[in-house]
Amino acid sequence: MFNVIWLQSGGCGGCTMSLLCAESPDLLTTLRGAGIELLWHPSLSERTGAEALELFEDVLAGRVVLDALCMEGAVLRGPEGTGRFHTLAGTDVAMIEWVRRLCGVARHVVAVGSCAAYGGVTAAAPNILDACGLQYDGQYPGGALGAGFVARGGLPVINVAGCPTHPDWVTETLMLLARNMLDTAALDDFRRPRFYADQLVHHGCTRNEFYEYKASARHPSELGCMMEHMGCIGTQAHGDCNTRLWNGSGSCTRAGYACINCTDPEFEEPGHPFCQTPKIAGIPVGLPTDMPKAWFVALSSLAKAATPMRLAKNAVSDHQVVPPSCHPSKRR
Amino acid sequence: MKQAEESTRLVVGPFNRVEGDLEVRLDVVEARVRAAFVNATLFRGIERILEGRTPMDALVIAPRICGICSVSQSHAAALALAGLMGVEPAANGRVATNLILATENLADHLTHFHLFFMPDFARPDYAAYPWHDHVVRRFAALRGTAARSILQTRALLLHIMGILAGRWPHTLAIQPGGVSRGVEAQECMRMLTVLSGVRAALEEGLFGAPLEEVAALTDVEDLERWRSTGPEGDLRLFLRIAHDLELAQSGRSYDRFLSYGAYPGGLSADDGQRLWPAGVFAQGRVGALDIATVAEDHATSYMTDRARPNAPFDGSTVPDLNNRQGYSWCKAPRLSGQPCETGALARQLMAGHPLARAMVAQGGGNVMSRVVARLVESARLVMTMEGWVRMLVPGQPWCNVADGVPDGRAIGMTEAARGALGHWVQVENGRIARYQIVAPTTWNFSPRDGAGIPGPLEHALEGAVVREGERTPLSVQHIVRSFDPCMACTVH
Repeated sequence: MFNVIWLQSGGCGGCTMSLLCAESPDLLTTLRGAGIELLWHPSLSERTGAEALELFEDVLAGRVVLDALCMEGAVLRGPEGTGRFHTLAGTDVAMIEWVRRLCGVARHVVAVGSCAAYGGVTAAAPNILDACGLQYDGQYPGGALGAGFVARGGLPVINVAGCPTHPDWVTETLMLLARNMLDTAALDDFRRPRFYADQLVHHGCTRNEFYEYKASARHPSELGCMMEHMGCIGTQAHGDCNTRLWNGSGSCTRAGYACINCTDPEFEEPGHPFCQTPKIAGIPVGLPTDMPKAWFVALSSLAKAATPMRLAKNAVSDHQVVPPSCHPSKRR
Repeated sequence: MKQAEESTRLVVGPFNRVEGDLEVRLDVVEARVRAAFVNATLFRGIERILEGRTPMDALVIAPRICGICSVSQSHAAALALAGLMGVEPAANGRVATNLILATENLADHLTHFHLFFMPDFARPDYAAYPWHDHVVRRFAALRGTAARSILQTRALLLHIMGILAGRWPHTLAIQPGGVSRGVEAQECMRMLTVLSGVRAALEEGLFGAPLEEVAALTDVEDLERWRSTGPEGDLRLFLRIAHDLELAQSGRSYDRFLSYGAYPGGLSADDGQRLWPAGVFAQGRVGALDIATVAEDHATSYMTDRARPNAPFDGSTVPDLNNRQGYSWCKAPRLSGQPCETGALARQLMAGHPLARAMVAQGGGNVMSRVVARLVESARLVMTMEGWVRMLVPGQPWCNVADGVPDGRAIGMTEAARGALGHWVQVENGRIARYQIVAPTTWNFSPRDGAGIPGPLEHALEGAVVREGERTPLSVQHIVRSFDPCMACTVH
């Protein structure tokens, strides 16, 4: 069995709630099939209070092997370095201390969600909590465990970033770890598993035809591309949201609101209102990943001039008003 | 009172299956809890993060207060912003918002019953009871058959979020003017398909009977009949447990119930009237809610501004670990100076549901009546949602346009699964100047106020039985979990 303990600190618990949405099959069947044993999870286990603390002591003493420590939520260092903004209930010991102890014995450490990975919304300004990620402070290596931390299994903290995480991102990471199939080469520059972070949210976005012709939405519920006006940064955001999909058939862009790049460090501080695109001389400041600016400007103005009437009208409507026209197929 | 009485102190934590971190300190005298002190051991400070931001950013930040009440937090923020902007949601937007809210509410109720509350009865301590083997098979944590099947049902139910809200938790779909996504007729059919799957699963496993029969339960005798001769299902199983363990005699609090009213536009999409009304229920009577009398007392919280209770529009969130009387990060909200219990039971009392009224008339708010109210509400929600899907009109507007949030102040009031949730928002110079959140579990798990009056859970725990050798008393666990606490919201 691959033993997992799950801890929660400065966060909303949303990554656990999302994890429970795993399906085909459900979470418990998935874990069982993969030989993953949840030794303790704050929302799911029977053990409470003294029983849970006994388990932690067994792990620290080496009586129980801990294959992965999953941490959800940011680590709170405040006030004044004491960590007392979160003491683990029943222990009067700061959570940051428990985290450091358990990370010292775990074979792998997995940061679940952008808070645990980088600090996330919990570390947003003014950050009176002095919150940070396990091994990052925003985009900078460091955090609660320090830039040099390597778990006993040889890997640094694995950052399953996202706000929240997709259930499959978590289960697939744990399954790969359990089979020794995840190494440093499988992590990107921010130590996110590349199996989901090497995709862009733009991939598979149903608004791509609107994007191609810069046919843009201006208000919520309109069908057009949300990059030009509504703050969408799906062309830069790392995640397979539009190919994997959420809760069956969903994604942020499919539901008509901007991708806010929630898998990235410091997404919580975009420097502008989340749902408004910052522009200079009418051109969005953030360009699609890997696209040269001059080309983007040139192609955009060309595309805009060529926008079909169908897309121009549908882009600013909340339902399709002009369907694609039907042509009899041509004989060759 | 005898001086010689020996008082033992128990500190219970980490308290799991409560959504967040919780510690309960118990003073035990002669095998009963004499006094309880409820401590939320984590501080979040989201209100401070909201201050200084552009008002519409609240729609991004507020849901992240809580991953389990995410949509309710969204809704409270959207209502407050709508109040500032003077915009009303489009009719479709109202209905879609209610569907999103009800999906979360129902998912939370199902999660609570199957994954958080019932597993405690599978403990070996109850091995002598005739239902124990059955409970172990069905509800043992992480192993029971019900855990697996409810996760499947819950995931199916949340497909409604995939359709209407993109994902759950943390959607931006709920806007002041409605919703960001319109759906077509075929998507309405898909939602009805999802709901028929949820209905079938609940009728088979949870109730063993049509939802309509559960919603039609009217008095305590009905429950008694269901227990003795009703259909086999988890409801009947729970009623047998509740009878044997006398859960209706456990966990009574002040019997003063608060609801802000749920589902605006729930009766007709054309106006904002709430499906279940707002109000206060006490001494068998419905009273009007005067929201201006809400104030938060910091006397025993790790907060500054302790001199007097603070009305939310004058409220503050400045942590202060030097408060010598302090023992929790939770503030103490009071309505006209009094603590209130909130949740599904309060909502159903305000809705005039006869069973809720009958249970409270007989034994007040207690472990059993809180759980039964949640199950009855679950049945009612599925039925109501089926009707709401049919109220959607594809082709009609989904979101009314409103640009800019003017300076001013407004309150967004809604109901999360676990009760009354309010956002008090003040905007100055185009920025959020103050943002105060009073969450349902802040009400229920409030610490003592300046007058020394315990919060509802603290009061409910007084008298709880502590059996010999128990370090984490089971009766205390049942009472705590009967409130369906959400600690993430509590300490926002």
